[in-house]
Amino acid sequence: MGQQELVTAPVVEAIGVAKRFGPTVALADGNLSVSAGETHALVGRNGAGKSTLVAVLTGLLRPDAGEVRFAGRPAPPLADRAAWRSLVACVYQKPSVVADLSVAENLFLNRQPRGRFGLLSRPALRRQATELLESWAIPVNPELPAGQLTVEQRQLVEIAGALSLGARFVILDEPTAQLEGAAIARLFDRLRDLREQGVTFVFISHHLPEIYQICQRVTVFRDARHVLTAPVGELREEELVAAMVGEARGLVRVGADRPAVGSDADPVLELTGVGVPGFVEHVDLTVRRGEIVGVAGSAASGKRQLAEALAGLRPRTGEVRLAGRRVPAANVPAALRAGIGYLPGDRNVDGFVPGLSVAENATMTIAGNLGPAGTVLPGRRDAVARRLIADLEVHTAGPHQPVSELSGGNSQKVVMARALASDPRVLVLVAPTAGVDVRSKESLLGAVDRETRAQRGALLVSDELADLCVCDRVVVMAGGRVIAEHPRGWDEADLVAEIEGIGR
Amino acid sequence: MTETSTTTGPEAPALPAAGPGRGRPRLARLRDLALIPPIVALLVYGYVTNPDVFLTKSYFVDSVLKNLAPLALVVLAEALVLIVGKFDLSLESVVGIAPAIAVFMVVGKTSALGAPWPAWTVLPVALVFGALVGVFNGLLIVRFKLSAFIVTLAMLITLRGLQLTIVGGATMSNLAKQIPLLDNLANLRFAGVPVAIWIVAILFTAGILVLGYTRVGRSLYAVGGNPAAARAAGIRVDRVIWMTFVAAGLLAALAGLMLSAQLGSVAASQGEGMIFQVFAAAVIGGISLEGGKGSLFGALCGVLLLGLIQAVLTLAQVPGEQIQAVYGLVILVALVLARLTTGKAQD
Repeated sequence: MGQQELVTAPVVEAIGVAKRFGPTVALADGNLSVSAGETHALVGRNGAGKSTLVAVLTGLLRPDAGEVRFAGRPAPPLADRAAWRSLVACVYQKPSVVADLSVAENLFLNRQPRGRFGLLSRPALRRQATELLESWAIPVNPELPAGQLTVEQRQLVEIAGALSLGARFVILDEPTAQLEGAAIARLFDRLRDLREQGVTFVFISHHLPEIYQICQRVTVFRDARHVLTAPVGELREEELVAAMVGEARGLVRVGADRPAVGSDADPVLELTGVGVPGFVEHVDLTVRRGEIVGVAGSAASGKRQLAEALAGLRPRTGEVRLAGRRVPAANVPAALRAGIGYLPGDRNVDGFVPGLSVAENATMTIAGNLGPAGTVLPGRRDAVARRLIADLEVHTAGPHQPVSELSGGNSQKVVMARALASDPRVLVLVAPTAGVDVRSKESLLGAVDRETRAQRGALLVSDELADLCVCDRVVVMAGGRVIAEHPRGWDEADLVAEIEGIGR
Repeated sequence: MTETSTTTGPEAPALPAAGPGRGRPRLARLRDLALIPPIVALLVYGYVTNPDVFLTKSYFVDSVLKNLAPLALVVLAEALVLIVGKFDLSLESVVGIAPAIAVFMVVGKTSALGAPWPAWTVLPVALVFGALVGVFNGLLIVRFKLSAFIVTLAMLITLRGLQLTIVGGATMSNLAKQIPLLDNLANLRFAGVPVAIWIVAILFTAGILVLGYTRVGRSLYAVGGNPAAARAAGIRVDRVIWMTFVAAGLLAALAGLMLSAQLGSVAASQGEGMIFQVFAAAVIGGISLEGGKGSLFGALCGVLLLGLIQAVLTLAQVPGEQIQAVYGLVILVALVLARLTTGKAQD
């Protein structure tokens, strides 16, 4: 690719793009220049303007000012979807395939090959889909219903669809957010191959090490503006974070000064022989007062299901005691009453009710305590919500703003508020910082650190190293069992190897 | 877009509808009042075209509003079910069958189950039957995880058939003389206002208070808005849905008694086709078919609007069958207006 870069114009170029929604400036000075054949990282906190820029680059939004050029030529008019699709495609986190149709049908949706009498020809469809997938070496069976694909396969199929329309420029919006280590590695291998075949990528991720693995250059956005563009080799991770956050600030390192928890501290949560049918075999685990216990493991380790069972969302076997008292199984209200505060792993699924206000979402677990005889007094609800908003630094217009209007980091803080509202003895947190920006990460982990220093304990289920750094102790799960335990000060490489099941 | 606001430049425009962001809570409240102007316009129009009739007590209160009362109760019932994120088509059949059974056990030519039963049993029997239909719907929908739409559609047909069997195609009439309760429901007044209107006013007020200011009421919105999140927050989702179906059955049964009282009879077709008006009123009133959205005040406004349109058209001597067509058009216009004013796609 090297020599061509000098002569050809950038594959895509955004110059001074601006976009506002009413009073909100979503993008003030969007600049991006992507050279042919590179994988270009686009990073920034939630709300930095990345999604707006992507919408402008894919022709879904008309910018108020500025210009987008493809290979030096001005972008086609917004109404000409076909022209846009032949230039650029975006693979979003949310699937944009029809789950019940086969991969082949999805690839040729609305442009299916015709056979005799102008009717659709299934053999031709199958043949063309197979050819397409093989030509880009994408290992997916075209007969499979798209709904049965893994996340990584689905993303590759969407890329193949874009390539077959002529686009050689693909934007990947947090493609690794829902993937585990081995799948990420496979995806990256495919992306490298595709790049060698001349496909240009813009790669969006909150996970900075990935950028060093796969990207050549990186562009940072902050507060709706372009901050810098540099080759990844010339930018250390600290500098990258600093550019995103806007001030000199290291990686998330919360809770480094946590006091040691003695083995004589009272246990708050005791698991004895806990099993979750189909996921967890047998787990014994104790969380002491003032202790954060990290639970790491691959997606198949059963760690998430263990947390869901503790919250009462799944049936389980074995015994769970909270401050000595038995907690009934598969009963969410009972778990809440016993003192378990739960933060679910995917806020968009069961974290919040989007149409309801910040106040209502944050106080949903304690709606019974906001007035006499089952009533909910709005004044009391708002007062509780204001306190939680202040404690967790939620950036919101006020307790009455619907959560659907908040950014990812702030809606996650609302879900954290919901977990804390009931003043639980134990926090059970699943991937508390998934898909949130660096500063929200710090404030969420800071809250966990702060809240567990005195009375509470916490079980933190995650495989983000930054999350696990807060923990006093980390246990690793695999195949439904605990396979290792590490006190604070574990070696990152060892831990990752255990999580991914790589022998060392 | 999940961008947080980086507010710079000129102040926010005065119109809250200008964009997403801070205006929304106010906008939601505005949506509640959106039907007030057309209601006032219809009142003025009715008065101007028929000044001697339209706003008189004997026409407006004793005829228009009183006749709307049963519909209003069923809309209240349906609104609850829609807010919790489900459907109940069978309510219109409950409006027919609940009073039919209750009345049949009192005046019917039968000796089954020790009939004839005393006249006072009409109210409890109708209500219990309505509640049982709700329990059964809930059983199929919550326990057996069947689609509410199909379950209640099948229920609508089944109950309709049952009613035809009981009433036998004929009409049980002259009920006021035989059943004092129905006579009272039709003719009793407090402070000069028919008791039916009082009942509607009280139940809507209670409904608004419960939905807005109680734990149970708020959980209806949470369950309708995102059942998974409601469950994770400790709300007993299944129980809330089930309860809502039972409450809806009770309200529909009461509406049925009210309708029988006003007509002095139970016809084989009582309640037939009512569900269309019910949905129209609820949707015009801003209740979302997606669940989790809308207010009872809005739903009540929807009922009033439909009633006023009907009253105006009737006074203008538009034939009944054409009123149907106008209903349909009104719903479409209301949906378009809602789309334009809130700027949100309907589905």
